[in-house]
Amino acid sequence: MSAGQLPRWVDFGLIPVLNLVAAFLVSGLVVLLIGENPLEAVRILLWGSLGFGEGIGFTLFYATNFIFTGLAVAVAFHAGLFNIGGEGQAYIGGLGVAWACLAFDHYVPWWVTMPFALAGAAIMGAAWAFIPAWLQAKRGSHVVITTIMFNFIAAALMNYLLVNIMVKPGSMQPETRTFEAGGRLPFLNDFMPGIDFGTAPVNLALIIALLASLAVWLIVWRTRLGYEIRAFGANATAAVYAGISPVRVIVVTMLISGGLAGMMAINEIMGSQHRLLLEFVTGYGFVGIAVALMGRAHPVGIVLAAILFGMLYQGGAELSFEKPAITRDMIIVIQGLVILFAGALEHMFRPALVRFFTFSRTPAQQAG
Amino acid sequence: MSDTPAIELRNISKSFGPVHANRDIDLVVRKGSIHGIVGENGAGKSTLMSILYGFYQADRGDILVDGRKVHIGDSKTAISLGIGMVHQHFMLVDNFTVLENVILGAEGGSLLAGGVSKARQELRHLEEGYGLKVDPDTLIEDLPVGLQQRVEILKALFRGAEILILDEPTGVLTPSEADHLFRILQVLKDEGKTVLLITHKLREIMAVTDTVSVMRRGEMVATRKTSETSMAELAELMVGRSVLLRVDKKPAKPKETVLDVSGLTVTDSRGVQVVKDVSFTVRAGEIVGIAGVSGNGQSELLETLAGIRRATAGTVTIDGETIDLGETPVDPAEMRGKSMGHVPEDRHRMGLVTGFQEYENAILGYHNDPVYSKGFLLDIAKIRDAARSEIEKYDIRPPDCLLKTANFSGGNQQKIVLAREIERDPTVLLVGQPTRGVDIGAIEFIHKRLIEMRDAGKGILLVSVELDEIRGLADRVLVMFDGRIVGERSPETDEGELGLLMAGVHGEDA
Repeated sequence: MSAGQLPRWVDFGLIPVLNLVAAFLVSGLVVLLIGENPLEAVRILLWGSLGFGEGIGFTLFYATNFIFTGLAVAVAFHAGLFNIGGEGQAYIGGLGVAWACLAFDHYVPWWVTMPFALAGAAIMGAAWAFIPAWLQAKRGSHVVITTIMFNFIAAALMNYLLVNIMVKPGSMQPETRTFEAGGRLPFLNDFMPGIDFGTAPVNLALIIALLASLAVWLIVWRTRLGYEIRAFGANATAAVYAGISPVRVIVVTMLISGGLAGMMAINEIMGSQHRLLLEFVTGYGFVGIAVALMGRAHPVGIVLAAILFGMLYQGGAELSFEKPAITRDMIIVIQGLVILFAGALEHMFRPALVRFFTFSRTPAQQAG
Repeated sequence: MSDTPAIELRNISKSFGPVHANRDIDLVVRKGSIHGIVGENGAGKSTLMSILYGFYQADRGDILVDGRKVHIGDSKTAISLGIGMVHQHFMLVDNFTVLENVILGAEGGSLLAGGVSKARQELRHLEEGYGLKVDPDTLIEDLPVGLQQRVEILKALFRGAEILILDEPTGVLTPSEADHLFRILQVLKDEGKTVLLITHKLREIMAVTDTVSVMRRGEMVATRKTSETSMAELAELMVGRSVLLRVDKKPAKPKETVLDVSGLTVTDSRGVQVVKDVSFTVRAGEIVGIAGVSGNGQSELLETLAGIRRATAGTVTIDGETIDLGETPVDPAEMRGKSMGHVPEDRHRMGLVTGFQEYENAILGYHNDPVYSKGFLLDIAKIRDAARSEIEKYDIRPPDCLLKTANFSGGNQQKIVLAREIERDPTVLLVGQPTRGVDIGAIEFIHKRLIEMRDAGKGILLVSVELDEIRGLADRVLVMFDGRIVGERSPETDEGELGLLMAGVHGEDA
């Protein structure tokens, strides 16, 4: 094994854990600085997110959003594309969900509406990713720039639609009418007897997210398309040599990525809010980048990272409730630190670990 | 002129990972001379010059400038020692004027005005002294390439360069611009400057240099007085007799034509014609070798036939079907579909995805073959079985199809590519540099496989810069120079004659 290679358990286990520990140590210092006990803070955070049914429910609800946006970023990663437009794609995905729900909710049960809502979410999210994809494939306009621009366009477009077009007649709130039962996904409480998630809105979308993770694994590692995506992402020249069309790979990958991001709206709109409203994405799209990085672009890692971020969201809310000194802003600081260490500083510990493992392995290899 | 050499290199070695870019290089450059360094692409010339200019540090060895031992840690040090460099790709700011570019990094203070007027004067001196005429207030982007290069030279002289390194300076120039450059170099020499000229064009070496050193595979193989050598000798030294490999083969029994290329012309992204009106045929049961110093269009020819590069004109007839490449662009998948295999010249860049596991590379380019799919999904078990059988048949080591491809040695990686392409049993196989960076054992194995394939009645087009390989394997040898096929010879033709052809000296009957 050449230098720079690490055992899989180090790559996929130890490094994320080290990053996380570093993030929490720095966070602990911050908590200490404002005069609170870091251990107490950790206790509340863990208890708030995992200590009781409702807490777990909220953690899983947030995690559902992160799974979708994390998968979206990961799929694009495999093709060497950096889709940071998950925010806008999820927002526009909400349109697809709302249209399906508003059209059907009076007439049919939820399980008839659901496939349409799901398709609507995926199609709208994919459509929003299509334009940047096309520009990248045909014109070389970098997707990082275009997808982030499209986030702003999405926000403005949704503002316009919700204020002027889709608003409930006579209402002052920029949101649609509330969906009837035919436009609501069942909460896990409703169909999993014996589990009590309290008022947490965790719903069927969690199951859909897990299925999506499985589907992403299959597509990326077990299909010809996934093979082409990975070949293109790892070595574009070799991909061209192999007869793989860069245009096709870029466009198709971005469509899948956008579709996954769009599906996040299922959880928020059809699963929890039951109406289309402004700014329901609130950063889930961006945090998806950190989730994908931390999960090393692998569905299993993404599910785990999504649960971690769900815990931070939910536990953080409890923490700021219990400890008024630790404000909502402090929680965002802690989340930011986790993103910083897991994402931006992902490779900080790597060189040292590589040295350690190459060094410790050399004698063994010589013996063998 | 004193006898102290301007530059002396002793035992310079530099490796990048397992690749020895420079190995024990000794070089003496006399003051006030034009010293040429020739070698093929990848022979280590540019690395050596980068060491001299402080871009890289040598792993071992000493550099002496004006007889003093120096440590050149960065280009700043090199400049202060009077070493200037004109890069192959210009280091100019396009939307700055000539003057602004010249003073860039040598502004002489935080306020520009003083430095600028001084520089303007200095430029005028240089202009008068060396005949380097450029309007100092023109924007770089408005200048033709030849003048841009002149600005690079001015930049170096402005910084007080006594030793000027030019890296492939004529690559981008027209012939008349090149002639002009050579006149400038003569003037510089007459003024007592030392010039180091890096190139792979022998004609230029013969035209302007006083001394010439030849590099091959990271080693300095010879230094000659230009007046006492010939292009043929230099060509031979560049390509090398290296290891003389005997390839056992029976005479070819060529049958019908399987590949017919006619009037093929290829223009690269810079708009330069790299393949010029090339026509030839390959018959079933023969190996046609294309010899030539690298960089004369062979790579582009191969890539165009494989469908990777677009041709501007020309037709290809493969297995009876004619395609007008100028009219209908083809893609690599299409060419594979016409039973054309391709072992690319650069396995790392093109032939393999090194981050993939071995079995994944075993189907690269053939992944859409329904054999490897089971419904919607890839049939992983089947792909691995196919990879395992190739591993066994081609003795690929270690025999582990789950290992990451980057962890195989060069020779074994090449076998992975060959196994993939040969086992598909194509009618025509394009092979580029099949044994570059491959150990002796693997070379023999690869040669044997290619001969077997020929004897099985396939047509093989072999591009190699190893003359021995071409002579050993090919049944007919085409020599390429400057994008054209300048002659066809039998592989028994002596090396001197082939060397001359490769150097662009046309024989009577070429």
